Amino acid sequence: MNPTINMAAAPVATPVFFYGLAAAAIISGLLVITRRNAVHSALALIVTLLSVAGLYLMLYAPFVAGVQIIVYAGGIMVLFLFVIMLVNIERASKERQFNRMWPVGLAASCALLALFLGAFAKGKALLPDRMIPIAEGSNTQEIATQLYGEVLGNGQYRLGQYTFAFEIASLLLLVAILGAVIMTKKKI
Amino acid sequence: MVPITTLHYLVVAAALFVLGTIGVLTRRNVVIVLMSIELILNAVNLNLVAFSRMWGNLHGQIFAIFIVVDAAAEAAVGLGILIAFFRNRETTNVDEIDLLKW
Amino acid sequence: MLNTMMSYLGSTVTPGEAGNQFWALIYVLIIFAGVSVAVMAMNWLERKALAHFQIRLGPMRVGPHGLLQPFADALKLMLKEDIIPSEADKMVFWVAPLIGLLAAFTVYTVIPFGPSQAVSDMNIGILFMLGVSSLGVLGIVTAGWASNSHYPLIGALRSSAQMVSYEVAMGLAVVSAIMMTSMNSTGTGTLSMIQIVQAQQHQGIWFLFKFFPLGFIAFVIFAIAMVAETNRAPFDMAEAESELTAGFHTEYSGLRWSLFMLAEYAAMIAVSSIAVTLWLGGWMRPFPNFLNAPAWGFFFSLFPGLTFAGLAAIAFIGTARMPSDSFFKIQRAGLAIFALLLAFLALVLFVVAIVGRNPDHRLLASFREGIDYVFWFVLKVAVFMYMFIWYRATWPRYRFDQLMRVGWKVLLPISLGVLILTAIVGVLVP
Repeated sequence: MNPTINMAAAPVATPVFFYGLAAAAIISGLLVITRRNAVHSALALIVTLLSVAGLYLMLYAPFVAGVQIIVYAGGIMVLFLFVIMLVNIERASKERQFNRMWPVGLAASCALLALFLGAFAKGKALLPDRMIPIAEGSNTQEIATQLYGEVLGNGQYRLGQYTFAFEIASLLLLVAILGAVIMTKKKI
Repeated sequence: MVPITTLHYLVVAAALFVLGTIGVLTRRNVVIVLMSIELILNAVNLNLVAFSRMWGNLHGQIFAIFIVVDAAAEAAVGLGILIAFFRNRETTNVDEIDLLKW
Repeated sequence: MLNTMMSYLGSTVTPGEAGNQFWALIYVLIIFAGVSVAVMAMNWLERKALAHFQIRLGPMRVGPHGLLQPFADALKLMLKEDIIPSEADKMVFWVAPLIGLLAAFTVYTVIPFGPSQAVSDMNIGILFMLGVSSLGVLGIVTAGWASNSHYPLIGALRSSAQMVSYEVAMGLAVVSAIMMTSMNSTGTGTLSMIQIVQAQQHQGIWFLFKFFPLGFIAFVIFAIAMVAETNRAPFDMAEAESELTAGFHTEYSGLRWSLFMLAEYAAMIAVSSIAVTLWLGGWMRPFPNFLNAPAWGFFFSLFPGLTFAGLAAIAFIGTARMPSDSFFKIQRAGLAIFALLLAFLALVLFVVAIVGRNPDHRLLASFREGIDYVFWFVLKVAVFMYMFIWYRATWPRYRFDQLMRVGWKVLLPISLGVLILTAIVGVLVP
């Protein structure tokens, strides 16, 4: 199986990757909210989603990164691009882009940012200042055990901690499919 | 260089959250508002996964997976509503979608 | 220097595990060069094979038997004028082929050519592959939209709807193969590509033949879905010349169009490699457990040399059969040189196979194993490539609504059924 990761290589490369991915995420986030053309915003959002997937990989969450790429970047963004093309926002890109209340919105968001930074400054002492190196086990296997449950040795089956939520999530997706189909039919 | 701690990831998540909030509050185009909502959800996910790494257990990651599933469902339904509305009113600006009944 | 090279060749872990970035970079460059050569060879083979299927000869002029045709095509495409439609969105127009190329080439990071010959053996290899190949849809959608013209837009929307539909069936077929990896003594499966092939080795059977016919049906579903994913015949409604004036890449000319073609062929090779890894035993030679005497190992390690010797013999026969007109002098000389090149390669491979048995020649010994693994892998992928061309020559095109019907109403229920049956049989059979 896979051995523990080579920690000698990690500290040199990690800050470079982190700052690069974080910069990519934040810059493309800025592009998402400021572009006039909706397709440009969608492409910038794809870059953001892929950078965040990279950040998940750095946080030792490969399964979440894989789910993010498949579902978000590969599924939801294709859906957004389809709808942008259907709705034909060519005309909308020539109109005014920001609504009339934009200074208030900007001020409120800046206040929110100040609140976050204040909370981080105050609570910094609570967080450990060095991340524990983790051995690369089978992250997917453990997540699967929590979601599906596991088979114990003596022929019994134990439900995982999140199996019920998993079933409800599948029901949610079914309802969403039905809702989207009904919403877009011309004649119900 | 200073080693990368949880706080670094939290700051990135906070920045993405605030960018998403600005997008929701200031843009007129519905599709871009929906995309800003996706930004907010991603910021929350990043926060959860960073804390999951800090504590060393998997609860944050599983919560993040559920949020991704939920965001997919919500994007589908939201875009369906947008298409249904666009068929009737031919506009995609939030401040023109302001009548409860016409 | 030689020691570092030997440590690279004789290593038992992938560069990703060893954390060695320089070595990983070398692998990436080798893969890039290999895929480019394979794409050019594939281009030539497609034109010649299609021609022979249609009882004509194909390109014969450019090199001997048209062997230099891909180079001529590449040169022509590079020198063509780069036309951008006037109302097109220039930045998105420029970036769209790059997204397609990125999605096609990033898959090669996880493809294993041998037990330690992969760029990086991720724990989530299959998940990564599925995710990255779903990014290819974005390239097509943006290409169609950026052209700002009707036919490309319709072609792009059709093509992306088709790719998204067949991704579902593909994913379910892949899941049923993954489930087969967990049918061992500990009951834990794996998503890592190298460990999937090793699971086939430990269980002593290719997943193609496991629980026959379940593994076979899953393979067939994946084979159909991968043809639809890469927009190849008979699912090439979106880019067929007679239907939509070349679909989403209508407005692209010259080098940009060649990027799309490169992305398409690279995606074909990538999904064929996935199929080979999941069902056909990856890099393993035939019968590694059943015929495991050293004599059999020696016999099978002669195959790379024999293949190239056979190709060299065919080229020599072609030289002999060329008309002895003075008009054909240059072509004859060219084909003779090509045949000599192939014979030289065959000789090198024979030397590696025979001398490499002796563990005293460490460099050659580690080389020999690597060459064997890569050869069997590439041979299986080459069979798939030929099948792609065969499908294109033989079958008529699906109409778009028939295509979507097959994807959702036929493949998806069958793949779900195979998944459930595999699970049931896997639990019942000890």
